[in-house]
Amino acid sequence: MKELTLPLSKEEILSLRAGECVELSGTVYTARDCAHKRFLELLEKGEKLPFDPKGAFLYYAGPCPAPAGKACGSCGPTTSARMNAYAPRLLKEGLGGMIGKGEMSAETRNALQECGAVYFAAIGGAGAVYGNAIRRAELVAFPDLLSEGVYRLEVERFPLVVAYDAHGGNLY
Amino acid sequence: MRTLDTKEISNAVYALALKAGRTLTESCRHALACAAEKETGAARFALDTILENGEVARAEEMPVCQDTGMAVVLLSIGQEVFLTGDPLREAVDDGVRRAYADGFFRKSICDPLTRKNTRDNTPAHLHVEIVGGDRVEIAFLPKGFGSENMSRLFMLTPAEGKEGILKAIVDTVREAGSRPCPPVYVGVGIGGSFDGCALLAKKALTREVGSVNPREDVAEIEREALARINALGIGPQGFHGNTTALGVSCEVAPTHIAGLPVAVNIQCHCIRFEKVTL
Repeated sequence: MKELTLPLSKEEILSLRAGECVELSGTVYTARDCAHKRFLELLEKGEKLPFDPKGAFLYYAGPCPAPAGKACGSCGPTTSARMNAYAPRLLKEGLGGMIGKGEMSAETRNALQECGAVYFAAIGGAGAVYGNAIRRAELVAFPDLLSEGVYRLEVERFPLVVAYDAHGGNLY
Repeated sequence: MRTLDTKEISNAVYALALKAGRTLTESCRHALACAAEKETGAARFALDTILENGEVARAEEMPVCQDTGMAVVLLSIGQEVFLTGDPLREAVDDGVRRAYADGFFRKSICDPLTRKNTRDNTPAHLHVEIVGGDRVEIAFLPKGFGSENMSRLFMLTPAEGKEGILKAIVDTVREAGSRPCPPVYVGVGIGGSFDGCALLAKKALTREVGSVNPREDVAEIEREALARINALGIGPQGFHGNTTALGVSCEVAPTHIAGLPVAVNIQCHCIRFEKVTL
């Protein structure tokens, strides 16, 4: 199992191949449908995103609330295809890539390849495993969206599979 | 006549919701473990992670999946029961509200247009059936929407028959691909009306994985559909492999002479279902 720590260098991203199982540690940002809609509205208005997109990884997820003694509740991936409308635009802002579940569109796959980014598949439905691997969780934007807000997560050894690599490789 | 305070129904819903959110059914866990033996590579990695997840959820008392779902409550109330106390709808919603707060479950219910969250996961999706006797049976099914979104309803013609039903089921799973968290469990309603058919499909999901419809012609559709689905090769999480579905469960009801409704309700591999009789 390959172990990766964020931020990833361009070389590290380019070395990944679709189908590889990895363990990923470091900082990721959660975002779902509503947060993505707002990201694009901010960009349209020429305003800054609530996180630095350069090399950042978005995790398509909305966690359960944290019980006492835990940084975060269950937090598995949501269906990535719903973010197809937004992903290519955000990749052009310099994202290192995304983490989610399931296939994405040809347009998103092309954008990943053009931008030298990678898409990791997390295991859908394994919310307890991922929630338990989160060491810190901090809300950084859109508190009104509740679980759909943007959280900065410090994750430790997230079990992932490279689904789309930066060379057009496609696990699906 | 038996008198029952709806507070007891509320407390039962509370207990069922808490347990369901944190627990895979035993038949689901067994089916996943058997499936893991048949897979390799990324597909095996996915199933091993899913099985580990069930253990972590149990040990840490965490929700199995962060999508703790829309609260589907199926109530069968004996006609000899006289309900007292708060109105039934309020009692059920109160049980859901308390369980989702105390369990640290995600609140996932919102207005369809404004998308404003109701903040307590209510209202529950409540079905009430009046039956004979003096018992109240409560079934609780937290339904995630990654899989619900991939569900379909078909108003087939009688001429399409068994082959049309099989095509509807297999096409739905094929088009869903990796999105509903395969391996899936497929609930199928055959017959009834437009709405009744969808309810049959939902009720089919409350059967244990591996159970068989007592009608041989229906059981034959279940077997054939499962074989065709697993021949698609989508596999766990869409990573290819032999296990795209853990089971197909069909329920039938009489329909109109002009129609053949078929509803296909997809359930992800996180099969969570609890029931109790009061």
